[in-house]
Amino acid sequence: MTVMEQRGAYRPSPPPAWQPRTDPAPLLPDAEPYRVLGTEAAAKADPDLLRRLYAQLVRGRRYNTQATALTKQGRLAVYPSSTGQEACQVAAALALQERDWLFPSYRDTLAVVARGVDPVEALTLLRGDWHSGYDPHTHRVAPLSTPLATQLPHAVGLAHAARLKGDDVVALALVGDGGTSEGDFHEALNFAAVWQAPVVFLVQNNGFAISVPLAKQTAAPSLAHKAVGYGMPGRLVDGNDAAAVHEVLSDAVRHARAGGGPTLVEAVTYRIDAHTNADDATRYRGDAEIAAWRAHDPIELLEAELTTRALIDAAAVEAARQDAEEMAADLRERMNRDPELDPMALFDHVYAETTAQLREQRALLQAELDAEQEYHGEQEGGAR
Amino acid sequence: MTTVAVKPATMAQALTRALRDAMAADPTVHVMGEDVGALGGVFRVTDGLAKEFGEDRCTDTPLAEAGILGTAVGMAMYGLRPVVEMQFDAFAYPAFEQLISHVSRMRNRTRGRMPLPITVRVPYGGGIGGVEHHSDSSEAYYMATPGLHVVTPATVADAYGLLRQAIASDDPVVFLEPKRLYWAKDSWNPEHPTEVEPIGRAVVRRPGRSATLITYGPSVPVCLEAAEAARAEGWDLEVIDLRSLVPFDDETVCAAVRRTGRAVVVHESTGFGGPGGEIAARITERCFHHLEAPVLRVAGFDLPYPPPMLERHHLPGVDRILDAVARLQWEAEG
Ligand SMILES: Cc1ncc(C[n+]2csc(CCOP(=O)(O)OP(=O)(O)O)c2C)c(N)n1
Repeated sequence: MTVMEQRGAYRPSPPPAWQPRTDPAPLLPDAEPYRVLGTEAAAKADPDLLRRLYAQLVRGRRYNTQATALTKQGRLAVYPSSTGQEACQVAAALALQERDWLFPSYRDTLAVVARGVDPVEALTLLRGDWHSGYDPHTHRVAPLSTPLATQLPHAVGLAHAARLKGDDVVALALVGDGGTSEGDFHEALNFAAVWQAPVVFLVQNNGFAISVPLAKQTAAPSLAHKAVGYGMPGRLVDGNDAAAVHEVLSDAVRHARAGGGPTLVEAVTYRIDAHTNADDATRYRGDAEIAAWRAHDPIELLEAELTTRALIDAAAVEAARQDAEEMAADLRERMNRDPELDPMALFDHVYAETTAQLREQRALLQAELDAEQEYHGEQEGGAR
Repeated sequence: MTTVAVKPATMAQALTRALRDAMAADPTVHVMGEDVGALGGVFRVTDGLAKEFGEDRCTDTPLAEAGILGTAVGMAMYGLRPVVEMQFDAFAYPAFEQLISHVSRMRNRTRGRMPLPITVRVPYGGGIGGVEHHSDSSEAYYMATPGLHVVTPATVADAYGLLRQAIASDDPVVFLEPKRLYWAKDSWNPEHPTEVEPIGRAVVRRPGRSATLITYGPSVPVCLEAAEAARAEGWDLEVIDLRSLVPFDDETVCAAVRRTGRAVVVHESTGFGGPGGEIAARITERCFHHLEAPVLRVAGFDLPYPPPMLERHHLPGVDRILDAVARLQWEAEG
């Protein structure tokens, strides 16, 4: 039989019925970011929760201004401020149970502190005396991650492991809008969905990755839309509405804990300050945009709601402010002390058991330090 | 002969000028990376390029290093000369797959039919007080990958000249920029900016008779300072700036070591498995009978790069270099 004859014999038929694994409709995010404050939904919110969120927002804002001031005094190597993004940070911490895990990136110190980590230890990386200042196990907070999106697969792995062990632990991983372009973001979401891992991804879309605006980062209708392709729900929320972020994250955490799998949440917010104290934001954005976002301030939004509904009075506002001021004073005072540095500790944590090579290098540094000390001793002795 | 003004400039300025001149001279040169457009790069090395040449030629990419280098491969396949900026040393790691699996070996895979003229600019090294993941010296990883050229300037003139050569090269070049020298000023002749030694040639920055310090990039000024300090001890140290780690200039290095009989390799990346091991081995293989002492290495400790408050203990400084030189003397006598 010739090829032509074979071809003639071929009878096209429709392809086998194709079964999409899930109906994409429930996975798609809403067209508009979800809001609670100033809407009817606010009436259903728990007043106690709103007050707790408020106190943490005020503390968080104060933490940001204090840490920024510390950079000016040379007490921090660098500080990426989250002013304007406090609602995302605070809600991230408060949506978790104690047994859950948080996977933050470098901008997420507020979430880390709101989870209970000592404010000074949360700044260790940025002060520069060690890479991670806290014990990740104490509060179940992974080290702040600097390489973008690289912590997301870790969150998936931890959540997966917890489920394999039969623990109802959820992992919440934080990433910026820029980080969603990295391959690790894609791989993490895909693993999470395939494994139905109990993990929640929170994208804080603050408009910029250093200087690059969202429009140059993605052509997707929203970052939340990215979820659908992996087979998980995407949720869009107003990132300056603490009650809304908390509700959406809590739902996602509950869903994950119940075995429903991962969720991608995009919180739309804005980075009021420059990328870090070392960045010059005037090169890539104008004041009008910043002013518009200042008018949608997370603290003022929540305060307005609480005040309108008489859930808070002037005394309570003052008490929150006072509490934040004390936290800041304590932070300032402790950060102004020089950290205790032991150069020999450099060698202590490279391997569980050190190597002969490292012992040799340790001895070299010890000898150098001894010589330095002896030299200084002689100098002082000579002066006397 | 006209005399030309030799003016002080920073290394960053010379790099910017090199990119601009390369783009003006050759319309196939494209700059791409994170924040290279309106911001001009976090170190401002691409400042003004997007304005002058348009966003198609100086492009803010999505934030994805594998994507940046991977698309650069395709662009180079189609006849462009991409110059890629990796924002910091440790953030180039996501692009390793592209670099190692494709960029470095496309020429070889295609029997020479598809060269990839890509320049990968990587700010590297410590000493600027950067927090975690902002101070790595990754040159050994690049050196271990056949098919890549690996160069690193230590002077303003080299920053310009080597970058122009890298962009003009028909092979991929990993262009390592010592970030702590970005703002170091040097007199530089912008009228004849390209007049430096070609890629692959080392340069004797300071002649000497007692011993040869072999170094590159951020450690060059440190070695020159050590050589100055050594005069007090009666040592006349020679300093060689390798400029190019691949290809490696055995000739210049060996000629020097044969003269002095003693050598110390200095770099801030880790010593074990680091560039110094390769260099010491080459010297031993070629100059064994001229050596009066073993070739020593002064390198960073074999640690993940320390936090900024402790980095000074890690980085090879003048004292550590002089101690090694003293050991050379002792070995010779003993
Ligand atoms: C893998 C990697 N590439 C580059 C960088 C350098 N870098 C630090 S922050 C940043 C922008 C991040 O933007 P986004 O993810 O939106 O987070 P944001 O800073 O806005 O919170 C870049 C490019 C990095 N940290 N990691």
